[in-house]
Amino acid sequence: MNIAVCLKQVPKKDSILRIGADQKWIDERDISYEMSEADAYALEEALRQKEKHGGEVIVVSLGPERVRQSIKEALAKGADRAIHLHDSVFDTAADAAAIARLLAAALRDEKCDLIFTGLQSDDYGFAQVGLILAEEMGLPSATIVMEVQPEDGAVRVKRELESGWFQWVRLPMPALLTIQSGINQLRYATLKGIMAAKKKEIREVKAADAGLTADDLKPTQVIERAYLPEKTKSTEFIEGKPADAAAKLVEKLRFDARVL
Amino acid sequence: MNQGILLLIEHRDGVLNRTTFEAMVAAQGIASATGEKLSAVVFGKSVAGIASEVAAKKLEAVYTAEDDKLAEYSCDGYVAAAKQVVEMLSPRFVVLSHTYQVRDFAPKLAARLGRTFVTDCVGYRAEGSDVVFTRQIFQGKINTDVRVAGEPPILASFQAGSYRADKAESGETRAAITPLEINMADVQIRTQAEAKFQEAKQAVDLSQAPLIVAVGRGIKSQENIEIVQKLADAIGAEIAASRPICDNEWLPMDRQIGSSGQTVSPKLYLAIGISGAIQHVVGMKNAQTIVAINKDAEAPIFDIADYGIVGDLFEIVPALTAEINKVKAGE
Repeated sequence: MNIAVCLKQVPKKDSILRIGADQKWIDERDISYEMSEADAYALEEALRQKEKHGGEVIVVSLGPERVRQSIKEALAKGADRAIHLHDSVFDTAADAAAIARLLAAALRDEKCDLIFTGLQSDDYGFAQVGLILAEEMGLPSATIVMEVQPEDGAVRVKRELESGWFQWVRLPMPALLTIQSGINQLRYATLKGIMAAKKKEIREVKAADAGLTADDLKPTQVIERAYLPEKTKSTEFIEGKPADAAAKLVEKLRFDARVL
Repeated sequence: MNQGILLLIEHRDGVLNRTTFEAMVAAQGIASATGEKLSAVVFGKSVAGIASEVAAKKLEAVYTAEDDKLAEYSCDGYVAAAKQVVEMLSPRFVVLSHTYQVRDFAPKLAARLGRTFVTDCVGYRAEGSDVVFTRQIFQGKINTDVRVAGEPPILASFQAGSYRADKAESGETRAAITPLEINMADVQIRTQAEAKFQEAKQAVDLSQAPLIVAVGRGIKSQENIEIVQKLADAIGAEIAASRPICDNEWLPMDRQIGSSGQTVSPKLYLAIGISGAIQHVVGMKNAQTIVAINKDAEAPIFDIADYGIVGDLFEIVPALTAEINKVKAGE
């Protein structure tokens, strides 16, 4: 069973984010990057399926040179090979449809039984790329998946619904699944894995290879302005040494808020 | 020419989804700001009851699109039906609530229509007949105003809790209900869904707890949960958690607060080491008093907190426990 995993690299979870000078995105200076969380779980799930059922895990990622670091991490964890969509023309691909179109171009000639994406990325959080990719490739899809059980020519998946409800859904393969964080326990790359990764193929796909131009990738959604959210409440910040701050807070909760 | 706004109604097992009315508030607002007329459409099989409930609201029209293949939700069925309805009515905007069901089919619908979909919006601004949508990025840390460059219809979904369902306006007269003819004969439903279920271990009902102490990623390891448990015990609160804690199995799933866990509105919600990602915030923002303890002064949890302490939770939480115990001893 061959599985492709779409990986996105995003600013690290604990990054302090500042608005960039153009007020349209964050200031990317001094930001370190990592695999988007749900994508890391998608990769882990693909590796586990491969260990059980055999086949190949291919990772595909779109982005500048820095993205190689996440690709190498995926290879070190056990992915077999990688596709890196790497071209300055792709910089304009900033909405879900354009990103999905590029991923589809990279995956069209691969013989995948399953394609995994995270359910949404930690940066834009569109929650769309996987489904548009499925539509581009004519595949059935299931979202927010918490368990994957391949059957003969089909896959049975446990979907998360809202408020603690779940549902099993069966779909024919090939299919696209968007994976929920927490579906499994993530592994670390081993030293052996890191060494083995050095020999694995990373195929670069350029705009010409994908058959797409900047015009095809023109975003239909444009961020006009990025800004810090306005506070909906005025927060009273309590300062001081831990013991003093604790005493002040308890007093506030007892006598002002009257909740203790 | 595209005209009007179309709201997609969500229901499950004969019950309207509450967030449908939240999205309706946004849709009614966009309608009045742009001078467009708002209609709603209900998909399913035998949806007369749902349609009638919706028709009491301030709407130009309510449409139904019924077929055996829509009796149970499926991505293939909903995409096919909604595509036909949207093409029939050619609205300027299609408004949805950003539910798990919408996330499962609406991006495919947009792709099949060849149109753009602005997901998970928390607000909008009308500029003449144009609409600029506000959506959050980096899990709620940053807001963006998004302008759509694509052709209508433009699809937009609104985040749960962005608008208050009880603000949905009722109509002076009931909206007429019109069934639409859709052709589902050639539509193949590729997925087979089994019965919905809840995990048996859903033992704790946090929605009734008056006091909740919740712990997030900032706690760093399972061993450290103990210091938060001690604080919860001192206060007499239930312990709860954000998703990563339950994903790591440091606390059981039934302690999880947020869109995929429980929704709570206690008297006191003490958020420890929780950054305040939107998926968590939707589950607790209606708490009466929110206290946040976090090392990052920019964490979005402080946007909704009544009291905040910026600092090291490993120092502050034990100090807080000691203070509570001191007060209790003095009573």
